[in-house]
Amino acid sequence: MKITREEVEHVAKLAKLNMSEEELARMTGQLDTILLYVAKLDELDTAGVPPTTHAFSISNAFREDEVQKSLSVDEALSNGPHVNEDAFIVPKII
Amino acid sequence: MNPYELTIGQARTALDDGKLSSRELTTSCLERIKDVDGSIHSFIRVTEEEALKQADAADKELATGKSAPLCGIPFSLKDLLCTQGMTTTCGSKILENFIPPYDATVVEKLKNQGAVIVGKVAMDEFAMGSTSENCAFTVPENPWKNGYVAGGSSGGSASSVAAMECLGSLGSDTGGSIRQPASLCGVVGMKPTYGRVSRYGLVAFASSLDQIGPLTRDVRDSAMVMNAIAGYDRRDSTSVKQDLPDFTASLTEGMKGVRVGIPREYFGDGLDPEVAKVVEGGIQALKSCGAEIVDVSLPHTEYCVAVYYLISSAEASSNLARYDGVVYGYRDQDADSLSDMYRETRSSGFGDEVKRRILIGTYALSSGYYDAYYKKASQVRTLILSDFQKAYKSCDLLISPVTPTPAWKRGAHANDPLAMYLSDILTISANLAGIPGISVPGGFSSDGLPIGIQLQGPHFREDTLFRAAYNVERATHLGNKCPEIG
Repeated sequence: MKITREEVEHVAKLAKLNMSEEELARMTGQLDTILLYVAKLDELDTAGVPPTTHAFSISNAFREDEVQKSLSVDEALSNGPHVNEDAFIVPKII
Repeated sequence: MNPYELTIGQARTALDDGKLSSRELTTSCLERIKDVDGSIHSFIRVTEEEALKQADAADKELATGKSAPLCGIPFSLKDLLCTQGMTTTCGSKILENFIPPYDATVVEKLKNQGAVIVGKVAMDEFAMGSTSENCAFTVPENPWKNGYVAGGSSGGSASSVAAMECLGSLGSDTGGSIRQPASLCGVVGMKPTYGRVSRYGLVAFASSLDQIGPLTRDVRDSAMVMNAIAGYDRRDSTSVKQDLPDFTASLTEGMKGVRVGIPREYFGDGLDPEVAKVVEGGIQALKSCGAEIVDVSLPHTEYCVAVYYLISSAEASSNLARYDGVVYGYRDQDADSLSDMYRETRSSGFGDEVKRRILIGTYALSSGYYDAYYKKASQVRTLILSDFQKAYKSCDLLISPVTPTPAWKRGAHANDPLAMYLSDILTISANLAGIPGISVPGGFSSDGLPIGIQLQGPHFREDTLFRAAYNVERATHLGNKCPEIG
């Protein structure tokens, strides 16, 4: 076993996903199969091989600090599921 | 001939000569959609009213005699490209009501040329899948055979172009999602070099792999659309400042002086003999056009699926953290606390495949597993990239199959995600290496399903791919073939 039901439950919690017992069982089986497959990478000795994060690396895409056109407050709020005046409303936190 | 049957190149001539108006062409496509989309299901949303307005504006532009190359041409868009004022769902319930306040750069570029948008097309949710069956709204059929998949994740783009519901489409390719459905539906699909096309306004799946590109009915059309969408964009800091050739200028007859590599690992076990035969036909076609054929090796090919699913899922788990019900998209309104709202929103908003990848990605990035999974995969990615760099010392492009088999029946891999992942083995490496790739129709299987040929090249050498694809197309006479839909 590469992953247990408890570990999947923990990862789901980190990812903010609720899982029913049925989903947990099914996902554990499927994730286990996938992780067993990717373990194939262990066949390769990668000591000293630098990781690639972007195939074509570009450094420092900075621009001058000038004010440019951006979304208006109304546009930015236009898709909010619950808004009030200039703010997004969420359930009470404290 | 109905106007919807024209290629973009043919329509361009007819529009310029005044033999056709954009309104006639657009109306013809909209009628075609009404006739066939009930059986093909390419579209999540048809935007008829807006399309006719755009067509009329294009006709005004055409009357000035100074219109851009895509002026008046009807396109569909994969539903993960932001369209101002037009719902953009990403194939997901969580974005069911999302109306972007801006256009993606590629959409803006099409609109600036006067192109017409006829609607938004089906895709796997958040582009995760190989069949478009993971779409929350509609699942496209393969226009060549009922009950068979159109491929994915840009399945609606491929089916809408193949079924002649529009003249071209834009899709996105993270692990083959343009080339694979293009191959399965018998159209041309180009994945440009990473950084060649701006991704501003593309809903992100895996940011180090995603790339936007065209699906069209012939190679010239693909080059025409690339001319329109390629280029640096200050709003996408991963787009690259590179000289932009006129891609249509590379469509020349003959392959003299071009070395075509055959990567032996792409012709291994599991390759359908009919697919192998079609690719062999492509190799012979290029050879008879004067190309030199060489054998090359990409020894780490067998590891690419494992690398891809770790890296893409890790990036996805991070990118998809933004769907929390706060600023846009679906929200579960019944939750009492903020953390309940996050969990309820995400749990009922995302589909199974998306949840599976978020879990894999979160696990691969989590404390204690990061080195074993994410870092390891990133290191093997370096080896895959260097395989290509070595291969391109002895050849100018690579020829191979796109997929190991033609299209398969819907539902075939429903309970076996790994089997589905493995079907992407021949397209994934290009994304990991950031190189361009094109799928060009090469033939048909004995039961009438299209089979594509894949050409891959070094970074920023889309021109070489267009030249070779053009020569394959000329040899096979498969450009702009129409399936019978009924």
